Amino acid sequence: MKQVPDTETQIKINPDGTGIVADDIKWIMNPYDEFGVEEALRIKEKLGGTVTVISVGPKRATEAIRTALAMGADKGMLLVDEAFQNGDAYATAKALSEAIKNVPFDLIFCGQRAIDDDGASVGAALAHFLGIPQVSLVTKVEITDDGKALTAHRPIEGATLLIHSELPALLTAQKGLNEPRYASLPGIMKAKKKPLEEKTASDLGLDPSSVGSQGSRTRVRKLTPPPARKPGKIVQGETVQETSAALVRLLREEAKVV
Amino acid sequence: MAKNICTVAEQRNGELRKITYEVISEARRLADRTGGKVVTFLLGGPDIREKASALGAYGADEVRVAASDHLSTYTTDAYCQVLAAGVAKLDPAILLMGASVEGKDLSARLAAALGAGIAMDCTRFDLDDEFNLIATRPMYAGKVFAEVEFCGGGIQVATARPNVMTVTPPDDSRKALVEDLPVTLDPSALKTRVIEVMGDAAGKVDLTEAEIIVSGGRGMKDAENFHILENLASVLGATVGASRSAVDAGWRSHSDQVGQTGKTVTPNLYIACGISGSIQHLAGMSSSKVIVAVNKDPDAPIFQKADYGIVGDLFDYVPVLTEEFRKIKSE
Repeated sequence: MKQVPDTETQIKINPDGTGIVADDIKWIMNPYDEFGVEEALRIKEKLGGTVTVISVGPKRATEAIRTALAMGADKGMLLVDEAFQNGDAYATAKALSEAIKNVPFDLIFCGQRAIDDDGASVGAALAHFLGIPQVSLVTKVEITDDGKALTAHRPIEGATLLIHSELPALLTAQKGLNEPRYASLPGIMKAKKKPLEEKTASDLGLDPSSVGSQGSRTRVRKLTPPPARKPGKIVQGETVQETSAALVRLLREEAKVV
Repeated sequence: MAKNICTVAEQRNGELRKITYEVISEARRLADRTGGKVVTFLLGGPDIREKASALGAYGADEVRVAASDHLSTYTTDAYCQVLAAGVAKLDPAILLMGASVEGKDLSARLAAALGAGIAMDCTRFDLDDEFNLIATRPMYAGKVFAEVEFCGGGIQVATARPNVMTVTPPDDSRKALVEDLPVTLDPSALKTRVIEVMGDAAGKVDLTEAEIIVSGGRGMKDAENFHILENLASVLGATVGASRSAVDAGWRSHSDQVGQTGKTVTPNLYIACGISGSIQHLAGMSSSKVIVAVNKDPDAPIFQKADYGIVGDLFDYVPVLTEEFRKIKSE
């Protein structure tokens, strides 16, 4: 699970173009991760088990873990260390895989992507490091009766695949999987007492140079604002007919797109 | 061989997908600067071999074909096994793939298996003076663009956003050297399988690959009214999209949503009807080449992004526009 800026946020780039201005940002649980947490809770409610929420991030990410605990998760773990900062998908998945190796699991949910860096890669890399199969972008999940496998719906361009996977497995959650619950007031009260461990790189036996920015295979050189669009024009005419004809003519003759 | 560029072709039901040509064309442009070869991997069922020779015309120098019953339908397990071995053996400078649904799933896993970094869903590729890849990719659904470089000297894996890279007109005099890639898969090591392909709407183009999108928002008022957008879309050969409010209202399915928590799209033409233009929606569609907005509210933020705007009621304009498009299409 990742804590990300709320989707309403106007993203401002810092003066040297190396990152975003973090002041005044409202931080939320990544919406796709929320689908994953919700699905994990539903499976637990049906079949039993424990839901552990794990995140890599600064201290403030504790709030997002508490939100998941308030929804009903049992335990939280935050990988928090200077050494974990600014990791790419490879380094972040590496850190997560070391933490997860010590937690018995049958199923891992990730969001299909984080809505900040839009990398869509940590889940697959994590599954690789753990040596388990992955199914990306799932919109429906059912555990088989023997509890040893699952079936999942995976939308692709113009169709949906029904996929069978052995457990343990990693799934990435897509919108449509469920409607995440809101944390109830008793849930929020209970969450305060639930265990939330913090782990550093050395706690996990990780060499600090193998994670975070040092362990990364990619680096952001520069951030730039999106290319500016040319100012547009309002198409006007005396009648609906005339305006419509004028627009269609512009699209054909000026923009050449139809 | 560290100047070479590998690409992975994408097929469905034995037919190559457009993204394959976009990626090979871009790889060719880069390889012409590095002085390396473009080597394309083509995986599929036993008949896939016959598609290999066509790839030369788009710029592939060599095609490595892995043909097997186990590869007819894409699974992460099987494709990753074959490609990780094949790509590692060639040790290219760059591995370029498409950021389609399949390409994203495969590239992320393959990069990890190769111990490589990945730049996902890029809109531009450059090379620095030492021919290192500089990949430009949108983040925050397009609110910011990042220039990504690779560190550590491994294979540079990157995926290209569909519909962005220009396809080079095929040159049939160009022939690729086609070789078979031995497929040694242990079927018992494959942990996932596709049981069924549901609702394969042949001919339906996904939003992420559509050349024209007609999108509706809160102004559509209910699900039923989307038929007027469907009519316009059928005249234009377009795909219908929706804003988050239209999806959350239950008027359209989740897969139709454009925006920060939906799909990021790059069509040649995006027609927004009754969409005011929330920051999340604008993030997802403002890389469209030409944007048209029809909205009653002259102050709607969508007009800030639109190349052409009509201030008016979509229920008055869309049917008339549909007829006007029909006229010019039949000319």
